[in-house]
Amino acid sequence: MREKILEILQDLRPELDFTESNDFIEDGYLDSFDMVALVSNLDKTFCISILGEDIIPENFANLEAIENIVKKYK
Amino acid sequence: MFFKFKNKKITNMISIVPNNIIKFEDEAGQYNFPIKRTLKMMDIMGYKEHRLFNDSVILSDVAVYGLNYMFENNIINKEDIDALLFVSNCTDHIIPPTSNIIQGKLGLKTDMICLDIMQACAGFVVGLLQSFMLLDSGSVNKVVLINGGTMKSRVSKKDRNSWPLIGESCSITVIENGGNNDVFASVYMDGVNSNALIIPAGGFRMPSSEETGKLQTLEDGNERALDHLTMEGVGVFNFVQTVVPEELKKLMDYAKIYDKDIFAYLFHQPNKFMLEKLADKMGMERSKMPSNVVENFGNSDSGTIPLVTTYNYGSLFEQEEKTVCFSGFGAGLTCASIIMNFGKLENCKLIEYGKNR
Repeated sequence: MREKILEILQDLRPELDFTESNDFIEDGYLDSFDMVALVSNLDKTFCISILGEDIIPENFANLEAIENIVKKYK
Repeated sequence: MFFKFKNKKITNMISIVPNNIIKFEDEAGQYNFPIKRTLKMMDIMGYKEHRLFNDSVILSDVAVYGLNYMFENNIINKEDIDALLFVSNCTDHIIPPTSNIIQGKLGLKTDMICLDIMQACAGFVVGLLQSFMLLDSGSVNKVVLINGGTMKSRVSKKDRNSWPLIGESCSITVIENGGNNDVFASVYMDGVNSNALIIPAGGFRMPSSEETGKLQTLEDGNERALDHLTMEGVGVFNFVQTVVPEELKKLMDYAKIYDKDIFAYLFHQPNKFMLEKLADKMGMERSKMPSNVVENFGNSDSGTIPLVTTYNYGSLFEQEEKTVCFSGFGAGLTCASIIMNFGKLENCKLIEYGKNR
């Protein structure tokens, strides 16, 4: 799962190395529009629908947080 | 807060849209972001094209055009209009009311009420509520409700959060007493978060000046001035995903009308992603909540609910009556919703500005 999430992130921002940050929002790796694109890609890739109430920065701050939110809907 | 009205019907609904179409791809290079990154938003948010009037055209011009179209096609008689409501933030001036200006331009009778209400995304539903109240007064038999937005001068072209989704349109809705069904409505107002959608300058709090017109590059990479619309995207998104579903559930319980009874959810159109997530949250079929206005026209504030109605169901609602749910949510922050029977309208049409007379 982590590899697939990394692939999606790299596709969004190919110029960044997402393994080097522990807070994608604070470090400027993802803005609110990137977060929307990320959710849309996660929904498609993992056949889930992350609900709006969970689309908050904390749930997309790092790889572990993203993995946890995907697991919640799997 | 809940409302219940008896014997109210919508008899005509006309949306007027610009014929000037701008494609998202053609504007993708104007933002401070790599084009590839901007284009990724196309499918997700429903950014395909938007429509804007020529620079000199503002909402009241389109309203006058639309009402003249209705007079000339015998859809409505001038003498029958007892109330003219203008519900939008796109006024001609601070003084006088735009509804009075429209009344004067059209030569309507003086024995009537003209009323402006400053509302944006929820303006259609708030306008309907006000119309029903006027009809209950006993002095008013026919209300003309004008909604819409012509916001382009107040949105920065260098703001990727807002510019791609704005559109312009005007709607004219005629409301009368009649019909045998109850109308159920709810309103939720949250002024604590009123800064989430704001144009900081241009009112009395911060008059427009040379300074407020200067573009500033912001932390998120967008450029806008204090004269421009500012949207706190996360706050607005959370409001729509948490408050709106709760309010709709409460309204359904109040009306005792549920998803199985409702033909369509005709909602304000902020963007496709937000509406699809809202449908998922409410556990309803996405197909019952059309979300195709932003991709084809853009978001025209209080004009979007009539536009989603006339664009998707115009001819159907001229033939049949169905139970529908209207909901407007956004600036305020406001959420206003109505469940009512709607249909067998005399006219439920979409026309282009300048082409139909």
